Amino acid sequence: MLDYITSYLNSDTTPGSAGNMFWAFVYIILIFLGLSVAVIAMNWLERKILAHMQVRLGPMRVGPHGLLQPIADALKLLIKEDIMPSQADPLVFWVAPLMVVITSFTVFIVVPFGPTHAVTDMNIGVLFMLGVSSLSVLGVVMAGWASNSHYPLMGALRSSAQMVSYEIAMGLAVVSAVLMTSLNKDGTGTLSMIGIVQAQQSQQVWFIFKFFPLGLIAFFIFAVAMVAETNRAPFDLPEAESELTAGFHTEYSGFRWSLFFLAEYSAMIAVSSIAVTLWLGGWMRPFPNALSGETWDLVFSLVPGLTFLFLAAMTFYSTARMPKHPYFKVQTIGLGGFGAVLALIGVALFVPPVRDRIQDIFWFSAKVALSMYMYIWYRGTFPRYRFDQLMKVGWKVLLPLGIGVLVLTAIAGILF
Amino acid sequence: MISRLKGQHGSGIREANTYLGQKYVVADSSLIPELLQVLRDQEHFDYCVDITAVHYPDREKQFEVVWILYSFPRNERIRVKASYAEVESVPSAVPIWPTANWLEREVFDMFGIRFEGHPDLKRILLPDGWKGHPLRKDYGIIQQDQEWVQINLGIESGQ
Amino acid sequence: MTDRTTIDRTSHLELEHHEKTFLDSNELIINMGPQHPATHGVLRVILKLDGEKVLGTECVIGYLHRGVEKIAEHRTYTMFNPYVDRMDYVAAVSNGLGYCEAVEKLLNVEAPRRAQYIRVVLTELNRLASHMLWLGTHALDIGAITPLFYTFRDREEILKIFEKYCGARLTTHAFRIGGCSYETYDGFEREVKKFLDFVTPKIDEYEELLTTNRIWVERTKDVGKISAKECIALGVTGPVLRASGVKWDLRKAQPYAAYPDFDFEIPVGQNGDTYDRYIVRMQEMRQSLRIIDQAIGKIPDGPIMAKIPKVMKPPVGEIYHSIEAPKGELGYFIVSDGSTQPYRVRVRPPSFVNLQALDMMVRGALVADVIAVIGTLDIVLGEVDR
Repeated sequence: MLDYITSYLNSDTTPGSAGNMFWAFVYIILIFLGLSVAVIAMNWLERKILAHMQVRLGPMRVGPHGLLQPIADALKLLIKEDIMPSQADPLVFWVAPLMVVITSFTVFIVVPFGPTHAVTDMNIGVLFMLGVSSLSVLGVVMAGWASNSHYPLMGALRSSAQMVSYEIAMGLAVVSAVLMTSLNKDGTGTLSMIGIVQAQQSQQVWFIFKFFPLGLIAFFIFAVAMVAETNRAPFDLPEAESELTAGFHTEYSGFRWSLFFLAEYSAMIAVSSIAVTLWLGGWMRPFPNALSGETWDLVFSLVPGLTFLFLAAMTFYSTARMPKHPYFKVQTIGLGGFGAVLALIGVALFVPPVRDRIQDIFWFSAKVALSMYMYIWYRGTFPRYRFDQLMKVGWKVLLPLGIGVLVLTAIAGILF
Repeated sequence: MISRLKGQHGSGIREANTYLGQKYVVADSSLIPELLQVLRDQEHFDYCVDITAVHYPDREKQFEVVWILYSFPRNERIRVKASYAEVESVPSAVPIWPTANWLEREVFDMFGIRFEGHPDLKRILLPDGWKGHPLRKDYGIIQQDQEWVQINLGIESGQ
Repeated sequence: MTDRTTIDRTSHLELEHHEKTFLDSNELIINMGPQHPATHGVLRVILKLDGEKVLGTECVIGYLHRGVEKIAEHRTYTMFNPYVDRMDYVAAVSNGLGYCEAVEKLLNVEAPRRAQYIRVVLTELNRLASHMLWLGTHALDIGAITPLFYTFRDREEILKIFEKYCGARLTTHAFRIGGCSYETYDGFEREVKKFLDFVTPKIDEYEELLTTNRIWVERTKDVGKISAKECIALGVTGPVLRASGVKWDLRKAQPYAAYPDFDFEIPVGQNGDTYDRYIVRMQEMRQSLRIIDQAIGKIPDGPIMAKIPKVMKPPVGEIYHSIEAPKGELGYFIVSDGSTQPYRVRVRPPSFVNLQALDMMVRGALVADVIAVIGTLDIVLGEVDR
């Protein structure tokens, strides 16, 4: 048994590919926990960042700077009464949130956090991700239909139309990236998520910069389509608050609602991971060409630790600035403790064995985090599209653009 | 203008005067449809500011309906007033000024004055099943349709 | 006998089979409101939809009906004054101005110059506050959440001035019949000037966020179009009328208070769509700043109250007086029977009349446009229902 466990550590593939069930299970648990923490953190960060964009403070009451607010919210949602409309279809109403959550979590088994840090490496990785994540529209439609109410129904209809139309543009953009992977010496392309990153590694270029500006345009199409896919502003029509109150999840409350919430954020992370994998070099560190060499490798390997130390320093600064009143004593200690934990993590990340193993995950997460920040930024900036305009953007702008990019990429691939 | 109107309609116009610099015309109720039409078409009172009513329970004809009109070309206001008894109905001004629609509904709601020819005369501010017309002088200030309140709100009294 | 049972059974079966739900029909009836995030209060709009397209609407109002006109008949002229603040609660100062001026006309008194200048300053500040609230909520309805917080931040400064002046922020009751009951506080002029310097760049900031924003322009251009002719026929006034190209503002057409003393322009639009109404209101905010700037520098000295009797008994008669409220023409029709209480007070609410145009403006549009049009009409349900 112990051999079975340790044998994997020396291999250089993912547990799924190596057929090691134990480590695959460990990875699944880790990803599940990591995602949950990420969603909680995103919740807090979104509220804070949006608040600061909008000249307000955001959550400030539960814990120092509202750090415990997401936990309080989660608790509140869990103990809330679970309401089901009397006219609803109970089974479908019950299944719908599960459907959405399951699909948005399942896609993470192929997300490559590093060359070996993924649950498994499928040779149809991208296809799997797109396929499974588009299943979530089924859950949305089920939720809207089962509620037996007007607003959810309209939200569901909008959602299905929107997801279907943006999936096409998204698919075209993905295909043009996949096309780029085939420009190796041996001329074989790949759909495997890990393979795509390795192709960027071997071609010495992130696909966003490949055949400039073709890669950039493809990335742009994907970036727009992924916002529409996840129903976020400015494409948040299915849950447009001012029009359809809450869209397809109007009738949901408590824990079921929180499942939709969880699914929305994990879907955001999932599509961001696809974008990062396909165009932004996945787990690779920035400037692999311009700043190459042993020294730069060392410098970049120190960044994760430094980031955490910087966060810790910021936390300590905030701790020092906390009001001196005895009422805030617990909060001050808590914030200081949080800073200490961050600092400890930062120090731990400097230790060479940890440093080497964590780097890939760090860069991948950093790129995803950047994409998540863009999501929040969009939400603070843009008004909402109207339905016909949304369709116009999808079919009349993104689709022709996607086809054009695909054709040009193919031509460029032959010529260069 | 007033003299012109008087010349045209003669005895129909009972009083045409100004008070505090504001013109008003008291007309015979029978003359009203014609007068309003003439005011809009010939005198260019193209904007119906307001339609309202005043309740005088002591008079023989209890309700005085007031049309407040404004003319954009002339920058001038005029008030047209006519008295109606409770059983009489007032000609609707909706064909002349579409804005009269809701204003007349409100007068109907508050006073119970019926407007002849109104496309959709029903209560506007009070609930459809409400009994009584609150702006009549015989309607007390704390009076309510208790029955409606009990049936629809499930409480003993709204007070 | 047998026949009868068969009939009964079939009808029962029919009922089971043809139990129609809303899914069976192509038309969808949606109740928007009275509790809905974007109807600005308790407006209920019954929408008849074909998919997303609006076939027809019906407004159901009256959820906030408090019987202001009935209350007026049972209060003295002075006692009724605070009630008018509760109608258009985001522009309470304008309401008070209209009522006070109407009663003053009835009494045949005139407020002193100083009071009139203070009135103009406060009313224009209130217009700014009202337009800021409109901008924030309108943008929020269309999906831009950020302007709301910017406008509320700046509106707060106006409310602080109100609070310092009369103690209230929202339902101000700033004026009395015959003038103002409060002298301006120390530093009033300085603070208003400071506010002007503070807010002028802020209006540019709002415009920067929205005016050239592609999505904003797409969402508002050609939405809820209404021509000048239709406006006049429907009695629509205020910025909505001006955005359709009619240069009509009661402050210029039939000046009241101290408005003739000031130099300002009436911004007008051309297309009468939501975007033009937005531009017109933004321009109006700038013009308000101009008026305040002119007024604050030369508030004359003197008394703030005219000589009015302790017990107000206006002579028998009636008056209609209207002012340009932020939403349109706000009129008061007061009938006096010579006693201390008005015999009848009729309020001509701009929101109520403007809301009537909703149906015409949204027919054939999409659901999202209904929200945009409700926002652009700038209704306040307290005033619609009174």
